[in-house]
Amino acid sequence: MDVIDTLSGIAPGSHLDSVRRTRRPVAREHAQKSYESLFTPAEFGDFGPLERHAIAVFIAGLHGQDAIKAFYAEKLRSAAATDATRDALDAEIAAAKANGPYGAFPKGPLSKEDTKGPVHRVANDHLEALGPRLAAALEHVHMLVFHPRDADVRSLQALLDAGWSTTEVVTLSQLVAFLSFQIRVVAGLKVLAATAKA
Amino acid sequence: MTDKTIPQSGHVVPDVFTRDMLDWLPWLEPVAADKMSERQLASLVDAARVKSDYFRLLARDPDVLEARTRTDKDIFYNPDAGLPRAERELAAASVSRLNGCIYCASVHARFAATYSKRTDDVDKLLAQGTGVDLDKRWNAIVAASVALTETPISFGPKHIDALREVGLDDDAIVDVINAASFFNWANRLMLSLGEPTPAKA
Repeated sequence: MDVIDTLSGIAPGSHLDSVRRTRRPVAREHAQKSYESLFTPAEFGDFGPLERHAIAVFIAGLHGQDAIKAFYAEKLRSAAATDATRDALDAEIAAAKANGPYGAFPKGPLSKEDTKGPVHRVANDHLEALGPRLAAALEHVHMLVFHPRDADVRSLQALLDAGWSTTEVVTLSQLVAFLSFQIRVVAGLKVLAATAKA
Repeated sequence: MTDKTIPQSGHVVPDVFTRDMLDWLPWLEPVAADKMSERQLASLVDAARVKSDYFRLLARDPDVLEARTRTDKDIFYNPDAGLPRAERELAAASVSRLNGCIYCASVHARFAATYSKRTDDVDKLLAQGTGVDLDKRWNAIVAASVALTETPISFGPKHIDALREVGLDDDAIVDVINAASFFNWANRLMLSLGEPTPAKA
């Protein structure tokens, strides 16, 4: 079983296991490799397992996906996150929930479709437990999850100013984007499994 | 030393959804084409992608780029069973329309129109958005794509029922789930690491 099987409850030999393995074997294999490249890479560099798993917990939490959140939270514990960090993350998730996608289009005919929603700012009380890098990342991640069309060059500069390198911003962006995929595949397959014809 | 972004200026920003060819300008420095390592070149999968700023930027993390690309290609190009290519592209275009990725929507609306020959319907999706009325089968695919794209995800049994009712089997439904989910990956990269501009003639 790979991570998507585990999170979706797809048992070896089941109907959906067979669909995944026989019809789209390369996608199955490389969704798993994407996960491994992001969460168990050959080299973490300065973007370590604690930050990666903390961000994953935040993303799963923003999606309201408790089982996926628990999966990453377990790994965050193994990455030696303090109670203060984990509590701050939970409080940030509770404060940051929204309904996406919203945001503004380039000014013009599409402006009538602009929809407003919150811009998340990490609470001052949590800055110490999270640290400046993680705090800046969570603000960016919230935008990518709920209102990605609001992204602009200043969002990236804020990450660089908080100590992220250009290459780390690429990895961080991939991590958020990949989880946006993984969480949806899992949610979709779970519904399909539950409605499977006998 | 703190890295710097690349503020782009002086270019036209498209303000409507279109099937026209667009370019994409990065906000972060891609790896220079003549500075790519063997590993980074291999991570492109298609050698021609070395011309693309987008792929040379993502090549900063080659393992993730290669896995992303091979996932993408199997979901969209694998002809074995499942959903016809045109409708995988319809799902991609619908997700991009809802998230607001004008660049991604342009590429996949072109593919959807090419493979389906239903250019007018694709243009209606771009102009009116994902609430558009196309036909029963396309409406079901668009609605499933929308439900998978919303956060929290609103995809449920009624979407599966609607897909089954218009003739999709489980292989095809898995393709809808994969294609819509993958564009929630692609849109977030394209929207946040740079911006589109009309292609030079």
